[in-house]
Amino acid sequence: MVIAIITGFFLAAGFFFFLSGTVGFLRFPDLYSRMHATGKGDTLGLLLCVAGLALYNIVVDCTWLGLVQSVKIASIAVFWFVASPTATHALLRSAFESGVRPWTKDGRRLMEKGGNKTE
Amino acid sequence: MSQLFLIVSIGISLLIFLCLYRAVFGPTVFDRIIGAGFVGTKTAILICLIGFIYGRIDMFVDLALAYSILNFIGTIIVSKFFVQKGAR
Repeated sequence: MVIAIITGFFLAAGFFFFLSGTVGFLRFPDLYSRMHATGKGDTLGLLLCVAGLALYNIVVDCTWLGLVQSVKIASIAVFWFVASPTATHALLRSAFESGVRPWTKDGRRLMEKGGNKTE
Repeated sequence: MSQLFLIVSIGISLLIFLCLYRAVFGPTVFDRIIGAGFVGTKTAILICLIGFIYGRIDMFVDLALAYSILNFIGTIIVSKFFVQKGAR
């Protein structure tokens, strides 16, 4: 029964971060702030959900095979901790080189050089 | 315990539908790519949860791992593809 509470806490925390990432993704004003919201909420939500699932698997199935499966589940989080910042950075770089301008509150240009020459 | 997994799966599915709004109607093409990547991340978790619901986590964890790797590679390739040459 204790493992149900612990897994439920991890899954609820991961779901909260997914929810906040989705709300930021729908409501933020420009591309870079939306990328910020998804890049953070994505990574932490997946880490928490995967930690809860791996913990549940090793407690329920307490054998060597269960341990191997838990390590496999945890390797999703390890891989995604490397992959998600890399993907976000590559996407941001290609957006910046394509000339997407950062949003400012008064509509003023944030930078004059670099990024966007073609208006 | 299976009901908890089912409830979380339904919640994540609703979040996927919310993300599909931005992935379909995004102002730029990069919004659509981010939306597709975010949906893919949540789908990896969803595959793990479905494996626990069906009791076949030994099969579904490989699917989730392969899906997250394909999601990463797809995002990288598309972000390389959509750089407009000459904009800089």
